[in-house]
Amino acid sequence: MSLQKEAGTVLDIKRYAIHDGPGIRTTVFLKGCPLACEWCHNPESQRERPEILYYQERCTLCGACVLACENAAISIAGGHLALDQSLCVGCGDCVTACPNGARELAGRQMSVEQVVSEVVKDTLFYEESGGGVTFSGGEPLLQAGFVRAVAARCAELDIHTALDTSGFAPERELIKVADVIDLFLYDVKTVDDAAHLAYTGVSNRSILCNLQILDEMGKRIWIRFPLVPGVNDGERSLSDMIDLIGPLKSVEGVQVLPYHRAGAGKYVHLGREHLFARTQEPSGEEAATYLAKGTGLPVQIGG
Amino acid sequence: MNKRIERLLQESRDAIPRVSAERARLLTEFYSSSKALGHSVPVTRALAFSYLLANKSIFIGDGELIVGERGPAPKSTPTYPELCSHSADDLRLLDTRLRTPFAVSEDAFTTLTEEVIPFWRGRSMREKVFAAMTSEWQQAFDAGVFTEFMEQRSPGHAVLDDKIYHHGLLDFIKRIEDVRARIDWKSDPRAYDEDEELYAMKISAEAMINLAERYADLAREMAEREQDPRRRDELASITEVCEWVPAHAPRSFWEAIQMYWFVHLGVVIELNSWDSFNPGRLDQHLSPFYERELASGTLTRDQAKELLECLWIKFSNQPAPPKVGITVEQSATYNDFVLVNTGGLTENGEDAVDEVSYLILDVIGEMRLPFSGSCIQLSKKNPNRFLKAALRVVRKGFGQPSIFNTDAIVQEFLRAGKSIEDARNGGPSGCVTISAFGRESCVLTGYMNWPKILEIALHNGIDPRSGEMVGIETGDVREFKSFDQLFSAYRKQLEYFIDLKIAGNSTIERLYSREMPAPFLSLLVDDCITRGRDYNDGGPRYPTTYIQGVGLGTTTDALSAIKERVFEKADLLLADLVRALDNNFDGAEGLRKRLAASPAFGNDDDRADDIARAIFDAYFEAIDGRANTNGGSYRINLLPTTVHIYFGRMVGATANGRAAGTPLSDGISPSQGADTRGPTAVVRSMGKIDHVRTGGTLLNQKFLPSVLADDSGIDKLAALVRTYFRYDGHHIQFNVVGVDTLHDAKLHPEAHRDLIVRVAGYSDYFNNLGPGLQDEIIARTAHEEL
Repeated sequence: MSLQKEAGTVLDIKRYAIHDGPGIRTTVFLKGCPLACEWCHNPESQRERPEILYYQERCTLCGACVLACENAAISIAGGHLALDQSLCVGCGDCVTACPNGARELAGRQMSVEQVVSEVVKDTLFYEESGGGVTFSGGEPLLQAGFVRAVAARCAELDIHTALDTSGFAPERELIKVADVIDLFLYDVKTVDDAAHLAYTGVSNRSILCNLQILDEMGKRIWIRFPLVPGVNDGERSLSDMIDLIGPLKSVEGVQVLPYHRAGAGKYVHLGREHLFARTQEPSGEEAATYLAKGTGLPVQIGG
Repeated sequence: MNKRIERLLQESRDAIPRVSAERARLLTEFYSSSKALGHSVPVTRALAFSYLLANKSIFIGDGELIVGERGPAPKSTPTYPELCSHSADDLRLLDTRLRTPFAVSEDAFTTLTEEVIPFWRGRSMREKVFAAMTSEWQQAFDAGVFTEFMEQRSPGHAVLDDKIYHHGLLDFIKRIEDVRARIDWKSDPRAYDEDEELYAMKISAEAMINLAERYADLAREMAEREQDPRRRDELASITEVCEWVPAHAPRSFWEAIQMYWFVHLGVVIELNSWDSFNPGRLDQHLSPFYERELASGTLTRDQAKELLECLWIKFSNQPAPPKVGITVEQSATYNDFVLVNTGGLTENGEDAVDEVSYLILDVIGEMRLPFSGSCIQLSKKNPNRFLKAALRVVRKGFGQPSIFNTDAIVQEFLRAGKSIEDARNGGPSGCVTISAFGRESCVLTGYMNWPKILEIALHNGIDPRSGEMVGIETGDVREFKSFDQLFSAYRKQLEYFIDLKIAGNSTIERLYSREMPAPFLSLLVDDCITRGRDYNDGGPRYPTTYIQGVGLGTTTDALSAIKERVFEKADLLLADLVRALDNNFDGAEGLRKRLAASPAFGNDDDRADDIARAIFDAYFEAIDGRANTNGGSYRINLLPTTVHIYFGRMVGATANGRAAGTPLSDGISPSQGADTRGPTAVVRSMGKIDHVRTGGTLLNQKFLPSVLADDSGIDKLAALVRTYFRYDGHHIQFNVVGVDTLHDAKLHPEAHRDLIVRVAGYSDYFNNLGPGLQDEIIARTAHEEL
């Protein structure tokens, strides 16, 4: 099957993931996201192509990377190291050359078999804990064909599959994976379309529509709600969520994911601005209580 | 815990470890008198034991229910001049050293220096052991290639089965007389030896009964003087208990615990054996008493808990007797390695978890005592409720209980030729090494420093620290054309040192069997009575000898770095690398960092893990199954206690980028900080070692409290443990502390006096650890979810 040969751009594969669905899991982070949520704590997952993370504090300006780069994308001037994004192809030669671990490649091309061989290693942990594999991102549905191929192979190996998605994808991409995914961890950021557009850069219409489709298909769904102060923590926003979730029949629970600043440093290493760098981290307890009362579903804080 | 326990616990914590000269003085008195003349060695030893128990000071503390101390008072610790006669300098050092000090009073100093030291000069086992060793052995010992357990303490690691709960010492004496009556004087060439040994056992048993009678008398006198009617009743009960046990089999929960404690005291007063003495499966032993008394209404759960807590305080009152020299380096702790087992299987292979198992977990969690070691044995047949209850205690953050894999242990025993019943009845003794309870002497003889041996192989037999030839010639590194050639040189050095160690052991085993029999301990271990042989002379059904391998992570990572750089990428000459190591990477920081980035053990990376397997196999093949002099076999185990700090000091820079003199990896754990792929990868790497071919391995994992904050965290940790055990992992233990807390504790020790961490097979107060060990614990990877 041609899909088996397909390669995906994988940001990272994290083992012993204990907050991405039930049990002990391996999370496959796929690179690239159509959304640009201002609070994103994995900004290096947003762009589709591999990119270089730079840890200035570890750099001794030895110049090994400058010599290693065939595209002359790196230069040292005035005591600073600079990367010309337009020349960088994300090959990773500079990462190998760096003796100080100051450069890291975010994202690499992997085949279906490469990913499966990594996922399959922790099979006994999945069996003992009721865990499995979770596809996350980025937005995994941007690489739906690849995800389908990996998930189908996992299903054959009796490994439980979960998809952590923003839901922002053409319906046909969603359908491509639906039959090989056991559990959807479905992000709903806000029901308010204008706010959604303002903070994520896209409308939420297809997201809400895809949620309906999955619900009608009877797929198991956990709603994940990133709680961001000033964006979606108002009463109106919460009551909209209750109105959305209330009528759905396949939703088993809600996870409130309070905003955290753990990703703030990554913006620096990517050389980007972060709007929410100073935002307080909420506990999420009030919102959780409110949503539990309103939906009658189990609500937990954190994944 | 109730007020009584709170107070006793506080008193125990506040008591200062002291050297008591009483035992040494009494022993010297005995041996310099005519009482010591005219008997065989075992009988003389038994008479000395009897003299000690008849004349030692005895003590019943206010509010105590379980009575008896090794010395004259809590933490007042005897010395054993027949094993190691401390010099005046040793005593001054003990009194003043920063870590594990023992206060030496002026009186004690005078007694020891004027009466004890002169008499024992030339007579102690320590002197005899060192005098009997070859110069090659001594050279390797001085270079830090191996350590020697028997130079200050006697063979131990003994664990009790259930016999003392069914039989009193009077029953033991009757059995001894039965065996003596059947000795075949006409044709058994050992008839005299057997009879003397059995007679010695009988004298020892009687001595113990007499000690209990002294306690009964003291309690009776105290009761007569006591004003408080409640305490008077308690003292009356103590009198009754001590009049009954250990002479007779216990009738109640209280008597059962006091029975154990008297027997424990007998073993640790007789000799200073490694890992003191262990009660084995306390839950299974006590459960029949507990159930019976609960049903008849003579005991409540709270009363049972209080009695158990009194026993825990007794454990806490007995620091390991003072160690000096390399022995204190390899085991720098007050912990005397009592290990209470719970859970696991019954002799018939059924789930052994019962109500007392949970009661003991409650006690462990409430007492938070680092020196009353506790573990759970976990079989696939034990319910998850039990594992989770244990993990909730682990979450309290003092490193206990550790968790052992019963199903793997049973396989280990069967492989070593034990019966299925003895296998199910066994488990870890002291630290992590397994013993068939009540039937085995599993004698640990010393640690073997693998990274040092690699260093010697890289220098063609020379120790670069001294420039002396300590090993054998195995080839100049400039001649090595392949990794296999290098590994074969390592292997030859390893085999050479193992032969040296075993030759030393054979001498020391005979010295102990002839000069230092332990007739009281021998009473308790099958088949010493039926064979008429001592614990130290092949009496146990399974006399097993261990040499403990140390530095799996460091050795693997060093060889992995050499393999990748020198033989695969071939961008580095081995001779240049060795030069960089000799200079401790001075001026070669870039090289050091590149080497440190090589594949490392603990990341589920076969490039490194295959090397770990080869190192393991080389060690196993060189040792396993060789005969000791007691009719038993050598086995291997992999654990360090604190020796990885001392061994690390003796090893220069290693090829994995480790700086000279810094700690080695501990147990089978990855090098500090080298595991970057999370706990499942660690577990998978560890699973590639064949634990079933060992008698124990030790895996330390550190978790920050947040991972275990909720029940879902407990569930997932439980699943991690279960999975490790599906890979036949032998043992896993968790440190649950924050790195920030540790840093702060190092800077402000006074604010963290209660901080207990799991070190390696045992727990200790963080403040008791040397700075090297403190740093090493901080450096161990904290597997926190990001």
